[in-house]
Formats: sequence, C-alpha cells, structure tokens
Amino acid sequence: MGRYVIRRLLQMIPVFIGSTFLIFLMVYALGDPVAAMFGDRAPDPATAAQIRADLYLDQPLWKQYPHYMAQIFQGNFGTAFNGQPVTELMATAFPVTLRLTLIAVFIEMVVGIVLGVFSGLRRGRGIDTTVLVFTLVVVSIPTFVSGYVLQFLFGVKWQWATPAVSPDAPVNELLLPGLVLALVSLAYVTRLTRTSIAENARADYVRTAVAKGLPRRRVVTRHLLRNSLIPVVTFIGTDIGALMGGAIVTERIFNIHGVGFQLYQGILRQNSPTVVGFVTILVLVFLCANLLVDLLYAVLDPRIRYA
Amino acid sequence: MRRTSRAKWGVWVAAGALAAAACGGGGTSGSDGAGIVSASWGDPQNPLEPANTNEVQGGKVLEMLFRGLKRYNPKTGAAENVLADRIDTKDSQNYTVKLKDGWTFSNGEKVTAKSFVDAWNYGALLDNKQKNAAFFQYIDGFDQVHPESGTAKAKTLSGLTVRDDRTFTVKLHQKFSSWPDTLGYSAFMPLPRTFYSKHAEWLKQPVGNGPYTVASYTRGSVLKMRKWDGYPGPDKAQNGGIDLRVYTDNNTAYTDLQAGNLDLVDDVPAAQLKNVKTDLGKRYINQPAGIIQTLTFPMYDADWGGAGKEKVRRGISMAIDRAQITEEIFQKTRTPATDWTSPVLKAAGGYKAGLCGDACVFDAAKARQLVKEGGGLPGGKMTITYNADTGSHKDWVDAVCNSINTSLDNDKACVGAPVGTFADFRNRISRKQMSGPFRAGWQMDYPLIQNFLQPMYYTNASSNDGKFSNAGFDKLVNEANAATDKSAAIAKFQDAQKILAAQMPTIPLWYQNGSGGYSDRISNVSLNPFSVPVYSDIKVK
Repeated sequence: MGRYVIRRLLQMIPVFIGSTFLIFLMVYALGDPVAAMFGDRAPDPATAAQIRADLYLDQPLWKQYPHYMAQIFQGNFGTAFNGQPVTELMATAFPVTLRLTLIAVFIEMVVGIVLGVFSGLRRGRGIDTTVLVFTLVVVSIPTFVSGYVLQFLFGVKWQWATPAVSPDAPVNELLLPGLVLALVSLAYVTRLTRTSIAENARADYVRTAVAKGLPRRRVVTRHLLRNSLIPVVTFIGTDIGALMGGAIVTERIFNIHGVGFQLYQGILRQNSPTVVGFVTILVLVFLCANLLVDLLYAVLDPRIRYA
Repeated sequence: MRRTSRAKWGVWVAAGALAAAACGGGGTSGSDGAGIVSASWGDPQNPLEPANTNEVQGGKVLEMLFRGLKRYNPKTGAAENVLADRIDTKDSQNYTVKLKDGWTFSNGEKVTAKSFVDAWNYGALLDNKQKNAAFFQYIDGFDQVHPESGTAKAKTLSGLTVRDDRTFTVKLHQKFSSWPDTLGYSAFMPLPRTFYSKHAEWLKQPVGNGPYTVASYTRGSVLKMRKWDGYPGPDKAQNGGIDLRVYTDNNTAYTDLQAGNLDLVDDVPAAQLKNVKTDLGKRYINQPAGIIQTLTFPMYDADWGGAGKEKVRRGISMAIDRAQITEEIFQKTRTPATDWTSPVLKAAGGYKAGLCGDACVFDAAKARQLVKEGGGLPGGKMTITYNADTGSHKDWVDAVCNSINTSLDNDKACVGAPVGTFADFRNRISRKQMSGPFRAGWQMDYPLIQNFLQPMYYTNASSNDGKFSNAGFDKLVNEANAATDKSAAIAKFQDAQKILAAQMPTIPLWYQNGSGGYSDRISNVSLNPFSVPVYSDIKVK
C-alpha cells in the first residue's frame, strides 16, 4: 500500500510539470496582455515596456516558464494585474468553491444513489421508467438553462432564496447553486448506480445472502451496494475536480466569487498569473482526487489489493 | 457568452408572464443600514490609484472619493471650479492655479498646492507605471520624467512650481487654451501624504477628499462607501452611503434588482433591453453618454488609404443603414452618428449634428456609385474586424455587413472577422496588421471637442489607430488649441471635422447611451456624461 502511494505520488510529478507547461503555453500563446490594459487607447510605449519588464513578459518563453515555476515553489504565484497577489485571490476563492463543490457532491451522492438503488431494484417497473425519464430530462438541460430558470423561480418569483450569493457565501445561500451544479452529475450517478445494482442483484453472492435468510435491508446495504458502488465512486472522484474547475457557469449565474469567477475574469483580461496559478492548483486537486478514488477501491472491495 | 445570453433570453420569454408580476416588488432587504444604496459594480482592472484608473469601474469609486480642481457638471458636462478658486493665464501656456481655502482630506490633512503637484509628479513619473501618465504630457518637462524609451531623467515635472500653500504654477510646452477644462479628469486629483508613505495600506483603504469615505473594501467582492459628514464641498451626499457590489454577469445584477436585493444597476444586459421598459417603467434610465462607436480604416494600407480611395470609404459609410441597426439591435440605446463627437458636448461644447453631411446618410444607390468610382472594394470584398470576447460586437458587425451587402447588391461584399481576445485585437492594431476596417470605440476622458478629435486623427496621435495623416487637419487643430476664445476654437475643430467628412478615415456609426435601472427604494437617479451614476445625488425613501 505505502509503496503504491509513493509510486503514484512520483507519477504526479511529470503530469504536473507537463500540464502546467501546456497551460502556460496556451495562456501565453494568446499574445501580449499589456495592450488590453489600456482599453481602446493605444498604450504609451514607455509605460507598457515597464509593465512588461515587471511581469517578466519581456523575456522569451523558455526563460519565462522556469522563472514562473521557480517562483511557484517559493510559494509566490505572482501578482494579478490589479495589484493583488494571486495567493490572496486563491485564499478567498478556493474555500468558497470548495463549499459549493462539497454541497453539490453531497446532493448528487445522496439523491443519485438513492434513486439509483430504487430504480435498479425495481428494474422495468414504473419507478424505474420515471427515474429514467427524469435523468434524461436533467442530462439534456444545460447548466445555464437550469441555473437561470431556478434562479428566477426561487429568487425572483417565489423569493425563497436570494438570486445572487453574498460575498461571504454562507452554506444556506449555496444550496440552490449547489443543486444546479449537482443536477447533471446527479443524473449520471443515478444511471451508473442503477445499472450496477441491476447487474449485481443477480450475482451469486446476493442469492447466497438471500438464501442465508439475511434481512433484505442488510442484503442491499452491506452486500449489494458495497460492490455496486465502485463505478460510482470513480465517477464522483473525477467529478470533484471537474466540479471545482467547471463551476464557471454556475458561479457566474449566481455571482459567486469563487474559482470560476477568478478564472473567467483572468481569461477575459488575459491575466496569465491568475489563470496559470489557479489551473495549477486545480491540476493538483484533480490528481489527488484520483489517487483517493483508487485507494477507496481497496476499501470497498477487499479483493482489490495494492502491492 | 453568446450561447448563454441567447438561452437566457429564451428562459425570459418562457417566464415572460411571471416577470411582469414579479417586478416592482423591490423590498427593503437589500442593505444593512438606513439610507444605504446598493449598486452593481465590476472588479476594477487596476489598483485604485487616480492616475492608474482608466476604466469606468474604478472611475466610479474615484468620482465618490475625490474632488479635484474642477468637476464636470453631471447634467451639462461643463467644467466647473471645485477646489480651484481661479486658474489664470495670459498666453494659454503659463497657468497660475489658486486653491480655495478650507478643503481637507477625510483624515484631516489640508489639501494644499503640494497635494496636487506631488500627485501629478507621481502620475507622470515612468517608474510608477501609471496608465494615465499621458494626461500630463502637455506639462513642461514630461519628456524628462517619462521618455519614449529608456529610464526617467528627472523625478519631477519642471513645469510645476509650488508658490505657496494655495498657489502653484503650471508651464505647458505648447499653447493649449482649453487645458484647464481637462482638469476634472480623475488623473488630476490631489493625494494625501499617506498615499506615498503607506502605499499598500492606502490601496487597501483609499483616503480622499470627496463626499464619501471608504468604510471597507473586500477586493473582488464589495466596497462600502459611507457619507463623510465633514465634507466641505457643496455637493454633500444625499444618502448614508453606497455599497458597490461586484457582479460578474450583468444578467445576475438585473435579476437581483428585480428580486429587490439590489438598488441600482448601471448596465442593463442587451438581452433584457426588450423587456426593461415593462419591467421597470420610469425606473429605467437611457441617456446619452460621451461614447462614439466607429469603423476605422487602415490608412497605411494602399488598398484603403491610397489616392482616390476616399470615394470607397465614403461609399461604405453611405451603405450602412444606421437608423435600422440602432433600432433593431440596440433598441434605441444608440443614436445614429452624424459627426465625430458626441451630443453630450451640447452645442456650446461644439457638438453640431450633421457635420458629416451626406456621407453619413443612408443612400444605397449613391453608395454603389461611389464605391464603383473609387475602383470598387479592394479584391472585391472587405472584412470588419472586431474582438469577440466582450461587448457582443458580433450582432452589430453582422448587421452592418448585411446592410453593406444589400446596398452594394453583393452577397459576398462584407463579412465580419472576429479576433478571439481584446488583447490580441489591440496588438494587431498596434502592429498595423489590419487589412480592412475595424471597430473602434472612444469614450471621452473629458467633455471637450478636442478630446474627440486630436487623440484619434492628429498625425501620430496616441490613439490614431488608422494612421490617418492630413496636414490641413493638423493645422486646424493647432490653431484651435492656440485660440484663446472658446467659440473660435470650437469653430476650428468643426472645420477640422469637415476634412474628416471629405476623407472619411473613420466612419462614425452611432453615439452610445448609458443605461441603468433602479429599485423603487431610491429616487433622483441619473447618469453623468461618462455614464457613471451620480451617486451623491441619490435619495433613499
């Protein structure tokens, strides 16, 4: 187990370097960001040159990347163009997005798995068809539609929630955005669970458990569910990374000042330190989430062992 | 962006009936204190230093936080003395500024001549990388503190001298009769000592001399401005304070206004323009702002700037049906342009409708004829380049092309050419890589006719993106700047526009309006000529 974790951690290094380099390359391929800082006015050359020198932009790319990486390892993620250190932006943005993500994951896990179990156990019956139709509808509605509709209904029409989240982003205000964020993945979780449960319900070990006279609840929770959750856990694990980076649309709709907001603004202003810094952290989150998933396999299914 | 707003629009149609019922239900839950107004805001692009703020979001804060020598009247746009007692000159080149007594910063420090001179020196010095440094370019010694290349040779502007506590003199390096009227711009604001001594802290909680003080500033989310009771000026705040809240999406701000969580939006989303009158009624503001949108020709390209090509340029201008586009696409938040300035200048400031003449009047037959006489479009077709990331320019560029195609009777004459990001767009312009007309927008810095003409069309001027150069035009601008009589100066500038009408280096498209909406909790809301709400006048019910 320990050796396995160490090997996986070592594998992360090339992935980390490769992905940050690609992001760096892509952001810089967009061109010189200094011109956009002056609006529709042509920048005054001397000031522009000073700013470029300040941001290390006057150096060739092959010098910029090592310089940037060296800075990162000293904990310095650079300064956003509005003069704020990127680490400060991260400190305000990541907790908010993390809260939002956890709420979304919680909703999709609880609702998704429950719906999946019920429809999987009653395959072909009314409840199964209903859930199938529901998930199809949810999957086919893009986030920006469901987001605006729910925001309007809950926020403006019924006034049950505030349409925009306040700067502190308390948990109760994040419930609605969390639901919107969870919706699409929730449908996937439901369908994955359903298929897996339906398949395993006929497995030998389930028949044995039933024949032993175990109560139905114990058969489902301890025997059936545990074995059926492996694909679901894989999905949720990768989804955490996707949700954290992919909340851009939801965060924009509900005016949440999290990672998506910073990324969106950074991209719009070609604010390279912000974009590369945030994506670098997201890459790390993604890698760690995947490692956790792999380790969870062993917990769920004792047959899986890591040497 | 586009997909979002289109889908969004569909949602609103679906919820159309609901919208009518839900609007007007503005509650009182929006703010945490009595008399506090909550307003939409965008994260400022730059630190909130006066000489470093060149966009409207940071400008909103500076308008509340600072008062300078002059201020532009929010209604008329006229430059009026605020801190200046008088600004005298005999030769339009050497000015003596006398300050009024009794002004202080909100921390108690007196506003003296030194507060101005130091602030201007700071703004001009290359080492401080202030984006508005160019505003000090007329002051003598600017080329020493801010050379074209290399490092600064002096720390202070030689043209600025402090005479006593309330007097300083300014020497310009050229005659510029309307120079005092430029001093309402935020770059010319005075700064307290703490700006230099504790700069980082100042940026976290800026201190100024305006009707409001900064109570707290959480960067990227909310800035709380509160009324300064000790404000010595005549325009004291009529409300307890303003909470500026950052919104990334103006649709959300609009929804929040409808839900009663926000009092003021100053940017109505394009997708809502069709419903806004039914939603808000009289609480919808749509009034002219000092912004003009144009199409600029690359005059450095022989295909567009060569001899005899002015016919083609004029022909294209006549091929555009401005009235229809402003009505259909912009829902009358733009007005067809008939000169190169803006109606906010008013007649007294030099705005004169129709200076462009026939060339800005839609006439398909004449357009066809002119383009033909000028040798046709280069290569038989043209593109209109625009940046696709902000401002939803695609809609109107496509409409303009459509209009040109219809007028010229050629389906393939004109096509839009999007560029991914604004930065890339600007880079291509400054590298002179444009092979056809491109979109340009100009938001005035100060309500002067000079500001609409000289920066764009004077030879080698800072924003002369098309590289237009005309000796006659330059001569008229020089004469206008040297004229001591205001009306004589304006007449010269208007004559200069007649050269633009004949040469058409830039097609005036439309004047842009500022738009906004507010809740039924507040009243007396208006926008100034810079399309910034006049916050201090807002009254809370």
